[in-house]
Amino acid sequence: MDEYEQFKTTYFAECAELLGDVEVQLSALSTGSEDPEVLHAIFRAVHSIKAGAGAFKYTQLAAFSHEFEALLDRMRDGRIPVTETGVSLLFRASDILSAMVESAESKTELTGNFGSQILDEISIMVNGKSSAPAASKETVNVATEDTSESEAVTVYLIDFAPKAELFKHANEPLLIVRELKTLGELSATPILNQLPPLGKMDGEEAYIAWQFKLTSKARLDEVEEVFEFVTEDCSLEITSEANLDATEMEEDIPVSEIGNPASPANTPPAAKGPVTAAKVTSIRVDLDRIDRLVNMVGELVITQSMLSQQTSDLPAEQFPSMVRGLEELALHTRELQESVMAIRMQPVKSVFSRMPRLVRELSAKLDKKVNLVTIGENTEVDKTVIEEISDPITHMIRNSLDHGLEGTEERLKLGKPEAGNVTISAEHRGGRIVITISDDGRGINRKAVLMRARERGLISETHTPSDDEIDNMIFAPGFSTAEKVTDVSGRGVGMDVVRRNIQALGGRVSIQSNPGKGSRFTMTLPLTLAVMDGMIVQAAGDKYVIPIPNIVESLRPPKSSLKQLPTGQSLVSIRGSYIPLCFLHRIFHLGGAITDPAEALVVLVESEEFGTTGIVVDELIGQQQVVIKSLESNYKSVAGISAATILGNGKVAPILDIEAIYRISQQDLRNSPLPTASDGLSGVLQDSLARTNPQLATPSIG
Amino acid sequence: MVAVEIDTASNASTKTGILTPDEMAEENAPKLKGTQQFVTFAIGAEEYAVDIMQVREIQAWTEVTILPNQPHYMRGVLNLRGIIVPIFDLRCRFDQGETEATSIHVVVIIAVGDRIIGILVDRVSDILTIDGSEIRAVPDLDDSGESDHIIGLVTAGERMVALLDTGSLFRHEIMETELDDADDPAALQA
Repeated sequence: MDEYEQFKTTYFAECAELLGDVEVQLSALSTGSEDPEVLHAIFRAVHSIKAGAGAFKYTQLAAFSHEFEALLDRMRDGRIPVTETGVSLLFRASDILSAMVESAESKTELTGNFGSQILDEISIMVNGKSSAPAASKETVNVATEDTSESEAVTVYLIDFAPKAELFKHANEPLLIVRELKTLGELSATPILNQLPPLGKMDGEEAYIAWQFKLTSKARLDEVEEVFEFVTEDCSLEITSEANLDATEMEEDIPVSEIGNPASPANTPPAAKGPVTAAKVTSIRVDLDRIDRLVNMVGELVITQSMLSQQTSDLPAEQFPSMVRGLEELALHTRELQESVMAIRMQPVKSVFSRMPRLVRELSAKLDKKVNLVTIGENTEVDKTVIEEISDPITHMIRNSLDHGLEGTEERLKLGKPEAGNVTISAEHRGGRIVITISDDGRGINRKAVLMRARERGLISETHTPSDDEIDNMIFAPGFSTAEKVTDVSGRGVGMDVVRRNIQALGGRVSIQSNPGKGSRFTMTLPLTLAVMDGMIVQAAGDKYVIPIPNIVESLRPPKSSLKQLPTGQSLVSIRGSYIPLCFLHRIFHLGGAITDPAEALVVLVESEEFGTTGIVVDELIGQQQVVIKSLESNYKSVAGISAATILGNGKVAPILDIEAIYRISQQDLRNSPLPTASDGLSGVLQDSLARTNPQLATPSIG
Repeated sequence: MVAVEIDTASNASTKTGILTPDEMAEENAPKLKGTQQFVTFAIGAEEYAVDIMQVREIQAWTEVTILPNQPHYMRGVLNLRGIIVPIFDLRCRFDQGETEATSIHVVVIIAVGDRIIGILVDRVSDILTIDGSEIRAVPDLDDSGESDHIIGLVTAGERMVALLDTGSLFRHEIMETELDDADDPAALQA
């Protein structure tokens, strides 16, 4: 067992974040950003990776990141211009870096010359010539060999006086000494005047200061860098005493503890203050702990709703403080819950930042030029949602690039700009997150889609669907109009899976297309998968929850508005349109429910899959925020039920999956037509249904 | 000491889920070595037992929430301090009709792999300490397949106790099979 295992875990977690940052910044760079901060940010990230790699003795990683850093360093101070080839090299170098981090994390060996080609390219760019086989540089020590153009040897006098709390911030002077030693010849004189008498000494505080004398070829900024992580915890003064060849006298620049270091003549002018100087405004917390907190608050919400239910008919004039207290409790619980949920909120950036890479690769593969624009990447959603949206977005982007955008030639012929545009945007709207992916490609070929749909029997020959209906047919199972199957997309398992996955999250997805101008996917999702607003309904004495976002309205229809089709399908006529009814008690085979919709209640629900339908229940109990609990953690999935919640009385209530309920009701109608249709007729009807709608007629949709 | 033994035992029982009855008899009976404790409970006159380490808690029957279109022996779900736990009627599972559950009936909450389930029984009898050598293989007499769910038989005084293989007993309910007929309520009703 490795005693540093815990720190390594943290290190790799950080690496993942840093590499993510690098990716984001590189994308910015590739789109022509000239903000110097971009290069600095990449530099800092690579530097941090290097530092950790050195500490944990990942020599290959350390050596590579060092070279990478050297290149970045020259780019940021303008010695190497930022060209397209340069950026492309940076991209590839960041790939190698990721691969090396990954192999270090999984403890797999990479070949000794892994990435050596990139190293060569870097060294050509840095030195203008190919270096000795760069990959043979094995140790960190080698990595710190001088790469600066000035060969002059400088003597630095370094006064290093740690503050007492140095050790508490996990810094260790010994490591600094070792690091300094790698730069050149080092002598150290300890200064012990701060040492308290033995009795007053605290083993966890730092008392000893040092004066170092370093003779090195390193530049001042390279020496400063050694102290980068301790600047806040020490007083530091670095004086470059004299160049041995005495050609130039450098100014004595003290590097103050916290303030911005004045830029010495030979350090890059834009070098930022040490990264660690930033005040700590965030902490790293284990996800498990947050999840536990979220769960506990969920329980609290349930207890609170139980209390308020039990005391709802308490006369306020008799128990004024009790009633007031309960109201406050409700308020605070809600607020607490919102704050706790906010902890898990993350910007969608973490997903969006992966897309430029995808687009880059795909556009190269497809030989199409693509500009990717991301908007609203700071929009926040619960981390449970973040984890789930990456795949659908990836899929839709692939779809846009592969099927949506035309090839360069075709675009030019059409008078469109050579490069296609793909935009991903995210925003909050009405308590949900809306993510759109739009392109300016050819749009949906409705003719082809319609033909395909007819071919596959997805719609009948006689039915003329609206443009919108045709567009959304691409979400039908087994649908793909691409003439040839590419390895980018188009195996025909695409968009229906996307839709199903999104629906499983309580989301919706649709497409709007404008032939010749482009198309736009719109995906809406709940902000969290942990709580939702639900309407509690009752059927046959059992309580169920219908997600409020699905509900349009509820009503008790007059008898005259109820109709029935010969198939047995009941309809209700509302404001001129006929809406199909699903009887919850029939679907769930519940005895003792109200069977006449005119005496029961109809809850109109809406879904992209089927439009509007009415669910017939006995009565409405009320609206409530419910905590979503998985049924599947201890049981198999149940048709028609997406999850469950716990009500105020401690009882479990299933949350209805309205899409599945609609499907079941359609199947039931086919499998067991109501007595109103005679047996002879029902066979005919079933046949005709099977002809017009074979996809629905096959029992297992999915 | 006990914990180590139990570990091997529960491994064995989860493994049996994929073994044929013959393999099971071979694999299991000899594997239960040393002494082990079992919680026994009864349905009418029949006694069954599960490994004590599987048992999370025992509680009196309370009203459960019925889930639609489930097999009869699946009585519904219970809120166990925030987790939703399915409750199975053991009598009904063995095709002896549904238990008319009252507050004197007992639900034994057990862990099967990483799942938590409850089984409804008439009463909990006691805790048996059994030496592995006392466990007898199940005679393979009937072809109902139900004996597949019994790991072995133990004699406790006058009584015969059947050791349940809970993993195999509710395999279909707690192991998600790929696209089963969950989407087709008609199939479940049949």
